[in-house]
Amino acid sequence: MNDIVAAEHERAVDSSRPTAPKRMRLHAGLSTLADRLGVAIALIVLVVLFALVAPYFLTVVNLLDVARQISVTAILGAGLTFVIMTAGIDLSVGSAVGVTAFAAVSLTLDGAPAPLALAVALLAGFAVGLINGVLVAKLGLAAFIVTLAALTYLRGVTYVGTGGTTMFSTHLSYSVLGQGSVLGIPVPIVVMAAVFAIGWYVLERTVFGRWVHAVGGNAEAARLAGIPVRRVLVTVYVISGLCAGIGGILSSAKLQSAVPDLGTGYELSAIAAVVLGGTSLMGGRGSLIGTLVGAAIIGVLVNGLTLLDVSSFYQQIIQGVVIVMAVGLDRLRTRNAVTEGA
Amino acid sequence: MKSQVAGGPVAQLVGIAKSFAHNRVLDDVTLTLEAGRVHVLAGENGAGKSTLIKVLTGIEPQDAGDILIDGRPVEFNGPGDARALGIAVVHQELSLVPDLTVADNLMLGVEPRHRGGRLDFRSARENAVAALNRVGASLSPGVRVGQLSVGEQQLIEIARALSEDPRLLVLDEPTAALSQKEAGHLLGIVEELRAQGLAILYISHRMEEIHRLADHVTVLRDGHVADSMPRADMSEDRIVTSMVGRPVNDLYDHGRGSAQGEVRLSVRGLRSGVVQETSLEVRAGEVVGLAGIVGAGRSELCRLIAGFDRADGGEVTVDGQRVDIARAGGAAGADIAMLPESRKAQGLFLGMSIADNVCMGTALAKRRFGGTSPSRLRTAAKPLADRLRVRATSLDQPVGELSGGNQQKVLLARCLAKKPTVLILDEPTRGVDIGAKADIYGLINDIATQGVAVILISSELPEVLGMSDRVLVMHQRRIVAELTGKDMTEEHIVRYATGLVRKQVEPVEVNS
Repeated sequence: MNDIVAAEHERAVDSSRPTAPKRMRLHAGLSTLADRLGVAIALIVLVVLFALVAPYFLTVVNLLDVARQISVTAILGAGLTFVIMTAGIDLSVGSAVGVTAFAAVSLTLDGAPAPLALAVALLAGFAVGLINGVLVAKLGLAAFIVTLAALTYLRGVTYVGTGGTTMFSTHLSYSVLGQGSVLGIPVPIVVMAAVFAIGWYVLERTVFGRWVHAVGGNAEAARLAGIPVRRVLVTVYVISGLCAGIGGILSSAKLQSAVPDLGTGYELSAIAAVVLGGTSLMGGRGSLIGTLVGAAIIGVLVNGLTLLDVSSFYQQIIQGVVIVMAVGLDRLRTRNAVTEGA
Repeated sequence: MKSQVAGGPVAQLVGIAKSFAHNRVLDDVTLTLEAGRVHVLAGENGAGKSTLIKVLTGIEPQDAGDILIDGRPVEFNGPGDARALGIAVVHQELSLVPDLTVADNLMLGVEPRHRGGRLDFRSARENAVAALNRVGASLSPGVRVGQLSVGEQQLIEIARALSEDPRLLVLDEPTAALSQKEAGHLLGIVEELRAQGLAILYISHRMEEIHRLADHVTVLRDGHVADSMPRADMSEDRIVTSMVGRPVNDLYDHGRGSAQGEVRLSVRGLRSGVVQETSLEVRAGEVVGLAGIVGAGRSELCRLIAGFDRADGGEVTVDGQRVDIARAGGAAGADIAMLPESRKAQGLFLGMSIADNVCMGTALAKRRFGGTSPSRLRTAAKPLADRLRVRATSLDQPVGELSGGNQQKVLLARCLAKKPTVLILDEPTRGVDIGAKADIYGLINDIATQGVAVILISSELPEVLGMSDRVLVMHQRRIVAELTGKDMTEEHIVRYATGLVRKQVEPVEVNS
C-alpha cells in the first residue's frame, strides 16, 4: 500500500523540479499526501466499521440520507472555514439560519414569489455577515464577542418575528429545494456540492483566497505586503452570513416551515466539522475539503450509531470523544510532520 | 556541582546524528566544550547548528551518539534535565513575554516568594537589577519588555540564562540583532564569563567575533564537521572556505561607478511620534547606507517612507510625484518597496509556499476576475526565485522549512516583484549565512546599476561602508551626519552614532 502511494507520488512530483534529491522529494510528497488525507483516514475507518456491523449502512439510500443530513451543517462549515482561516470565529451562523428561514417563509406566506423570498433571505444573511465583519474588522472588536452577541439578538429577532410559534405552509413555493431531487440526488446535496465547489475555487484558485490564507497566517505581514486586510476580514464574515442564508433556505424548505428555534446549536456542529477537518483555530491553515470530511465524520457517526440502536444520550458522549480523538490525532500528526528549518 | 577550574572538559558531544523524517540534519558530529574556553560553532544557516544546540540542551533527542557531562554519558528527557546539569542557552529567537516587565521576565519560573506563596516584589526587583548588572544593562526593571529594542531584549535573555548559574553557556548568534556598540559590549561580557571559568559554546558567523573570542572553532557544513581547529591554526580563509565549501573573495566589491543619476526619492520634513523632522534624498542608482545604534530610529524613519506607519507631517516624492504616505502599505503603489526588519514577524507567511510568498500582494500570477492557480504562482515566482538563487526542493515548499538566508531571499524576491523605483532594505543580511549574503550583495549592486534608489539599513559597519555610496548616521531619532568619500570610516560612524560628536544641531538638509 505504501509503495503504491509512494510510486504514484513520485510520478506526480517528477515533473516539478528535477534538481532536488529523490529522497527528499519523495518525503515532501508523502507528507503532503498525509496532510491531504488527514482525518479522511478517520472517516474511512468509521465507514468500514459501520459497514461491517450494520449491513444497511453501506447502501445508496442510507449514504444519500447521511449526505442530506449533513448538508446544512457542511454549508455553514464552508462559510466558517473562511472565517476561521483568518483566526476569527462566527458563532452567529445557527441563529442566522433561524432568521433567514423566517424571512423566506414569512415572505412566501405573504404571497411573495419564491425568487424574491429567497433573494431576501440571502440578503439577510449578507447583512448579518456585513454587520459582524464591520464590527470585527473596522472597529477591532473581538470576533467571539461580536458574533456571540449576534447569536443572541438574531435569535431574539426570530422569536419576535415568528411570535414564538412555528410558521407553517402546506405548499411552500420553494419546498422543492428541501424535498426535490436532481437525477436522483436530493437538492440539498447538490447545493452543498455547489457551495463547496465554488468555495474551494475562491479559497484555492483566486487571489482573494490567497489573501485569506495570508491574513490568517500573519496579519501584520499581510498589511505590509499591501493586502487590504480589513476588506478581507469583512468579506469572510459576509461569506459566512451568505452560507447561513443558504442553510436557512434549505432548512425551511425541508420543514416547509420556520421554527422559532431553527438552527439552535448548528454553529457548534459546524465549528466541530471545521476543526475536525484540520483547520487551525489560530488561522492560516485549513481546507474546505477537510471541512466536508469533518461534517461527514459527524454525519456517519450519528447515522451509524442510530442504525446500531445506540441511544441518543450515548451518541452525544461518543460524538464528543470522537471529536477530541480525531483532533488530538491530527495534532500529533502535524507535530511530527514539522520539519527543521536550521 | 560547580567547578571553576579552567581547562577541564565540561561537556562532550560524540558522534551525534539526527534526522527529521528522512532528512539527515546532523551526521557524526563530535565536539568538546571545556571550562574557561570559548568554542565557536560556525557554519551557514541550514548547516545544522541550531539542531545541534537543541540536542545539547535537551530539546530534541539525538538518534545516535552520546552526550557526556564531566565524562559521564547522560540522557536528556527535556530541556529541564540539561538545565539541571548546568547547561544554559540563549536562543536566537527571543523568548520573552512582551507584556510582562523586565523584572517579571527575569524572574519567570524562579519568582522569589514570601511565606504563603505571595510574590516577594522587593527581592524580585533586587534580583532582577543584579542580573541586569551582570550584563551591564542599565534598564529599569519595571519597563514592559515589549517597549524595548531587540538589542535590549537580547541582553535580558542573556541575563536570564546567567541567573541560573550555569557551567556551560550556549549563545546562538547573540549579536545578530545588536548594534556594533551593543555587540562589543556583549563580547566583553563573554570574555569576562570565560575568565570566570564558564564553558561557552558560541554560535556565530561574524569573522571579527570569531577572531576576538574563539579558543577553538568548529565549522559545520551540511550536518557534518567540515573543519575544526584550535586558535593557533585559525585563519579567516580557512574558516570561510570550509563554511562555504569554496573560497569567497571580495564580499563587498560592488564595482559600481559613483551615482550621478536624477533624484528619485526625496523626503522633506518627515516626522512622527518617534522620528524627528527628517529630510533626505536618494539618486537613481545610489545606495545610501543608514547607520546608527539600535533604537536610533532608522527602521522607524524608513517605515514612514514606505507607508508602513503613518507620518504626522512632511512629504515624500518619488520621481517628483508626491506619495500618499498616509495609506498603509500605500507606498507600494508609488513603487517604494521595503524589506522589513523582521522577516518572520513582518514579512513571511511561514505556512505558505515559496511561490505564494513571492507573489503575495503583488500583481503577479493574476488571471482575469482575480483567479490564480498554483502553477501560475510557480511560473510567476520562478524567475525571481532563480535570480536570487533560493535553495528549496520546490517552489511549493512551505517557507517555514527554509533556512534564514533562503527565507530572506524569498522576501527580497517579493520586493523585486513590485518592480520598485525605491528599495529600502532593513538589515537584509541579519541571521543570513555567508553564501546568501554574497547573493544579496550582488543583487543590491544589480538593481542599483539598473537605476533603483536604494536605502540600506545595517548594523554591520563593514557592510554599510562596503555597500554604500554615502552613509547617513542617525542618533536619537534624527540624522546627525552625512559621510561621503574619505569620511566613510568605521570610526566616524561610531562617533556620530553614539553621540560623541555632534555636527549640526538643526536637522540636516542633505543636498545630494
